[in-house]
Amino acid sequence: MDNFLLQLLLFCTAAIVAVPLARKFGLSSVLGYLLAGIVIGPFGLSLIGDVESVMHFTEFGVVMMLFLIGLELKPSLLWRMRTPILGMGGVQVVGTALVICLIGSFFVPWQTSLALGLIVSLSSTAIVLQTMREKGTMETTAGRAVFSILLFQDLAVIPILTILPLLALSPAQGGSGGEAALLDISTLPTLWRVAATLGAIGSIFVGGKYLARPIFRIIAATRVREIFIAVALAIVVGISLLMTVVGLSPALGAFLAGLVLADSEYRYELESDIDPFKGLLLGVFFISIGASLDFFFISHHLLLIAALVISLLLIKGLILYGIGFLFRTPGEGRCYLAAALVQAGEFAFVLFEFSRSNGVLTDNIITPCVSAVTISMFLAPLFFILQERLTGRSGNEEQQREADSIKKKGARVILSGFGRVGADVGRFLLSTGIHPVIVDSDSGNVATLRRFGFEVYYGDVGRLELLEAAGAAEAELLVVTDRDTEKAQALITLAREHFPQLKIVASASDRSATYDLMDIGVSAIRRETFGGAVELGREVLVCLGFRRYEAYRLARLFRHQAEAFLPKLYHAHRRQSAAEYQLLYRRHTSRMAALLQAEGENNVGLSEKAWLASRGED
Amino acid sequence: MNKILLLLAHPAFGRSVANAALYSAVEGMEGVTCRDLYDLSPDFFIDVEKEQELLLAHDIILQQYPLFWYSTPSLLKEWTDLVFEHGWAYGSDGESLRGKYFMQAITTGSEAETYAWGERSSMPLVSYLAPQRATARLCGMHWLPPFVAAGVHFESRAVLAREGQRYRRLLEALQQCSQLEELAEKYRITDGPVPEANALDRDLLKGESNG
Repeated sequence: MDNFLLQLLLFCTAAIVAVPLARKFGLSSVLGYLLAGIVIGPFGLSLIGDVESVMHFTEFGVVMMLFLIGLELKPSLLWRMRTPILGMGGVQVVGTALVICLIGSFFVPWQTSLALGLIVSLSSTAIVLQTMREKGTMETTAGRAVFSILLFQDLAVIPILTILPLLALSPAQGGSGGEAALLDISTLPTLWRVAATLGAIGSIFVGGKYLARPIFRIIAATRVREIFIAVALAIVVGISLLMTVVGLSPALGAFLAGLVLADSEYRYELESDIDPFKGLLLGVFFISIGASLDFFFISHHLLLIAALVISLLLIKGLILYGIGFLFRTPGEGRCYLAAALVQAGEFAFVLFEFSRSNGVLTDNIITPCVSAVTISMFLAPLFFILQERLTGRSGNEEQQREADSIKKKGARVILSGFGRVGADVGRFLLSTGIHPVIVDSDSGNVATLRRFGFEVYYGDVGRLELLEAAGAAEAELLVVTDRDTEKAQALITLAREHFPQLKIVASASDRSATYDLMDIGVSAIRRETFGGAVELGREVLVCLGFRRYEAYRLARLFRHQAEAFLPKLYHAHRRQSAAEYQLLYRRHTSRMAALLQAEGENNVGLSEKAWLASRGED
Repeated sequence: MNKILLLLAHPAFGRSVANAALYSAVEGMEGVTCRDLYDLSPDFFIDVEKEQELLLAHDIILQQYPLFWYSTPSLLKEWTDLVFEHGWAYGSDGESLRGKYFMQAITTGSEAETYAWGERSSMPLVSYLAPQRATARLCGMHWLPPFVAAGVHFESRAVLAREGQRYRRLLEALQQCSQLEELAEKYRITDGPVPEANALDRDLLKGESNG
């Protein structure tokens, strides 16, 4: 236990020191983690022991990341991206594997070189996505191409796992197939195996569609947040185990689960709960890659490894550039594509292990290759930097050019609270063609509204992560309709601090709530009952026999006068004594009465003298 | 320098092309106060005191609007009904507007040629401005013939931009003109033919065509 805590402290400290340093020098956090790994690894300060098991454990961060990607991706979007995914991804994986097989077969049997080609054709989802997020290039043309290829690679792991055993030169060493599983289905007849696999995937869809929602609802109703987090974690871990049992990639399973849950009202809550875990696990994963660089082995086989790394980078880079050319990616996009995906990925470590146990590859091939793969991953962030230097831009500028399409994709308005006020605000906005991201923290309410066809998400936007997940960075406007004034104030303050571009519109439950919101500088405030009350008053006038237009004009005058006087009342309330405030309030009331009665009794209001008088003239 | 109060009335200004071209050409000019009435009074509530204050502070009142059914958009009518109060703008002691200048800047969908006797629009354009002309006279203001951008449905953006420049030059000339009173004298209501649209171009923008 003590040892575990000590390790934990070490990893955290290394990350705390290295990442801010890396960011300060304009490098990606991934590079920071990798460097931290070298420093605390066996060839640095030698502070950590069992690097491999740490790496193995933290690979789980990749699973979580794909779950999150699935959550963010709606199936419809995935369908629209089918051409780049199958086309670019397919050409990349098959092309890279074949070329490496061809070249490699001069040195080793073709089976071995094909296995190697398949393994290193995959790139590092973890490093690339993390870096692209930080640089904000996800939404560019090249960014989307990179993402498509990565997605195909994740899918390709399944057929690769199927093909690899066929390439075995020596009999399988037995042991676990890939990762350790609770139960081994590889002994079952083929038909059963296929059935189990299909059953597992089917259960993700059925569970995600029908089971997850009632469970979330029950959990959310308990209002104990950590239980919700526990459920979120249980889902991801459970799916990983299930996928491992049937011999599929856990990452793929998590991705599918994410996709299924992408339409759920708990999407943003899930996203914000899993995200920190993913971040930490990936961080430690990168550290362990840094730590696992075997400098001793490398220094003894310097030439061999250098040759391996250079040929790997050259082959992958050229093929990627060619793909960019083939699929008409613009010039800089091609460079970006090549720079982003040139490294081998973390799946390679898994597949090397798998190949070893299945007798596909032997240790004397695996050891230098693992070093080469690690070095290529280590170089990955440098390639991003190199690409920026060469083309003189980070891809961010391209993002600016595309800002319009992003805006259309993300919602312009975030609506917090879908209760008495929020529901009608939301209905009104939807009717005008504005689709806000609607978040409400009452799970019962969310469930009901969902049945009425509203796209409402469960969660508390008062939490920064959820506000972020709801798209606060891109939105223009935050509408606050929470009845609890303190919560509303906290939310507005948080939003102001982190997303200064957000304009705020708020509803206040009563007069004192209005003043409270004015305290923190909100100017667009509506008192929630005021409009309804004035309308009701107008109805009373009509029932009493006033002409409808006259009643309408009186109500309008009342509303405008009240609005115009609000700042003065607020000022008095905050700066002056209670007695002075009451006096001002009474004066305002009597002035209002004078105005309205002048208009009502004589039909000659301040603004309407002309109407009566003009009867005499002309 | 004559100070101009520009009152824009266009219920769908966000989708306007011609009025937007004119308005943007003069918005921000020194000595020109621009007020977008539909934006200021979306519910037709008009702050009469404030409007009257503004009128007092300017020399030339310029109403800019698209011609709707040979008349003004409805808010501009409401504005006139309420702001030009008895006892303030007219009547025995209503002299607040006396000596000021009143002018319109109008866009029309159909071409200028259709505004003539016997043509599709039946009468010369200025004939349709009789109510505003008479209102100005009753309030003791000097009426000036309108700036008109006609046929805007058929014009390209480039032509409209040129109209915007003509509008701007006209306003500049109005600001600088020291003989406005003599000029306005030419356009007093008589029983003769009505003045031409854009007649001011000839008076103030010498050597330029009417476009």
